[in-house]
Amino acid sequence: MPNYHRGSRFVAAIAALCTTLTAQAQDGIDQRIDEAIRPVADTVAGFIFSSFSVAGVPVPYVLVWLLLAAIIFTLYFRFINLRAFRHGFQLVRGDYSDPMAAGEVTHFQALATALSGTVGLGNIAGVAIAVSLGGPGATLWMILAGLLGMSSKFVECTLGVKYRNEYTDGTVSGGPMYYLSKGLAERGPRLAKLGRVLAVMFAVFCVGGSFGGGNMFQANQSFKQLVAVTGGDVSWLADKGWLFGVVIAILVGLVIIGGIQGIARVTSKIVPLMAVIYVTAGLAIIALHLPELPSAVAAIFTGAFSAEGIAGGAIGVLIQGIRRAAFSNEAGIGSAAIAHSAVRTNRPVTEGFVALYEPFVDTVVVCTITALVIIITGSWDPSVDPSQGVALTSAAFESTISWFPWVLTVAVVLFAFSTMISWSYYGLKAWTYLFGESLVTDAVYKVLFLLFVVAGASMQLGSVIDFSDAMIFAMAFPNVLGIYFLLPTVKRELDEYWADYKAGRLRKFGKAARRG
Amino acid sequence: MTKVLLVGIDGSKCGERALEYAAEWAAASGHQLIVAHVIEWSPFTFNTPQENEERHQRREAELERAHQEIIDPVVDALRERRIMARGVIRHGHAAETLGLIAEEFGVHNIIIGKVGTSRIRAQLFGSVAISMVQVSPRPVTVVP
Repeated sequence: MPNYHRGSRFVAAIAALCTTLTAQAQDGIDQRIDEAIRPVADTVAGFIFSSFSVAGVPVPYVLVWLLLAAIIFTLYFRFINLRAFRHGFQLVRGDYSDPMAAGEVTHFQALATALSGTVGLGNIAGVAIAVSLGGPGATLWMILAGLLGMSSKFVECTLGVKYRNEYTDGTVSGGPMYYLSKGLAERGPRLAKLGRVLAVMFAVFCVGGSFGGGNMFQANQSFKQLVAVTGGDVSWLADKGWLFGVVIAILVGLVIIGGIQGIARVTSKIVPLMAVIYVTAGLAIIALHLPELPSAVAAIFTGAFSAEGIAGGAIGVLIQGIRRAAFSNEAGIGSAAIAHSAVRTNRPVTEGFVALYEPFVDTVVVCTITALVIIITGSWDPSVDPSQGVALTSAAFESTISWFPWVLTVAVVLFAFSTMISWSYYGLKAWTYLFGESLVTDAVYKVLFLLFVVAGASMQLGSVIDFSDAMIFAMAFPNVLGIYFLLPTVKRELDEYWADYKAGRLRKFGKAARRG
Repeated sequence: MTKVLLVGIDGSKCGERALEYAAEWAAASGHQLIVAHVIEWSPFTFNTPQENEERHQRREAELERAHQEIIDPVVDALRERRIMARGVIRHGHAAETLGLIAEEFGVHNIIIGKVGTSRIRAQLFGSVAISMVQVSPRPVTVVP
């Protein structure tokens, strides 16, 4: 098996790298990596988050860009995020899935894969940061951004399926690189050129995003949680981020280079289980504090509009909420379109409906539960150091379920792992779009990815989070711009399909058919 | 009147005994015999993006392999015995899919082996035979 030999060679190379690292002084490796990368990370982040001032508060252009897009898409498609909600559920359940196509990628599987990529540390640590910096009011804006973001996901995933490449060997490749280049080309020669430029831009930022939010942030925060649960500052692991990074890099490497799908298969069984445990624990805590729920909800509403004592006032609260929602559910970013494009269907818009559930589950459900737990347990505190993102969530759960931090640690590491697997795929697709498919380009990207895992675990949160955010948000620029040109295309697909649906021309199968 | 029998095979010894039982029945009665093989698959799994990308290709390979290694040799052998046989390969949950095939072809009786490829799995998770007896829309014959 050539894959295995190649994989074990690279794993050996990484192990050799670790050995040389350990041969040097162990103290301060984290420090050194941080010092090396921080200036670059800060410059990049500063550029992408350039802001304009609203009543003395800095508002990043990218957030306005994303929010505006979500609002425009919601209005243009006449609240498709609400209209298609029920039908999306029917599609996920398989009511319209032809049994003859059994064995192909189903709507549920495409959604689950995409969710594995988006449900990660953003839902746990990111929300803690938002609620710390923005107060409880940030939750409201987060939920709103989640609901509006559903429309963005709808559009990009419909396009992802419509313009995917289907190769002769039966594999499929889809995503913004393809819908930007192929889609815009359909609308004219001048737009074709723009499409190609946007596709390349997107690919570059996607590679960056796969190193940042999909990688470094996950490694960083899962390490921080492991440290917190093993004793905090006095933990043996406290300054050994690089070691944790190396271990995770080896495990990820075994999957993405070694092709050892067994590990990924194990995680893919455990991740949904951990998600259920996390949500159940969150709901249990909320239920146990039910008398305090009304005042928590009140705090969310008042905090959303008045925001005394919050840096930046109400605008600051809004920004924190939206920023976390966007980072967590990636609506408008384009990454999910890569995952959703593998579904087997000849009606692209169906996958758009299914994709509505992604921001809904990710933000409106999971993030909100995290936020409510933090608010209800009174764990949020504006004076708390925001770099303690996941530790804050951990403390919130711990206050009611004393042993939960251990469960949370396992969950956090697994979520981080699955997010990294997904993002290594997205980044690889972008990389090979830029540099072509070959064993060498494949290997170069994967080794870089693994190095960034180590870097992420070693760095301080501040630089990591800014860089991670920046790269993810940068993807939104070419993605959303291209989508604006493609809106009429999606509208045509939607109108045709919706007419068929309303007229009962769509075939139902199985129990749904018998129900009528 | 010619009826249709359905036998589910999975490559196990028990499946072979079920096949032989069904073949004798079909030969004696002149009924048609459908030989079905179900490749275990669920529409509700969590996969990696890589797995999804390759899924269509894998599916084709699985169908091809099932044809060549399991179904086609069996159907050919049955036809040599002058039995009206045909092969069907589907992906899905074994018991449920056999039930769907039975309905699709108007099957009179479903014949399956008592135990499939893994005895331990059968003990822990229940066997196809037991599920079949519970969910089947047609009479079931379980061959030990």
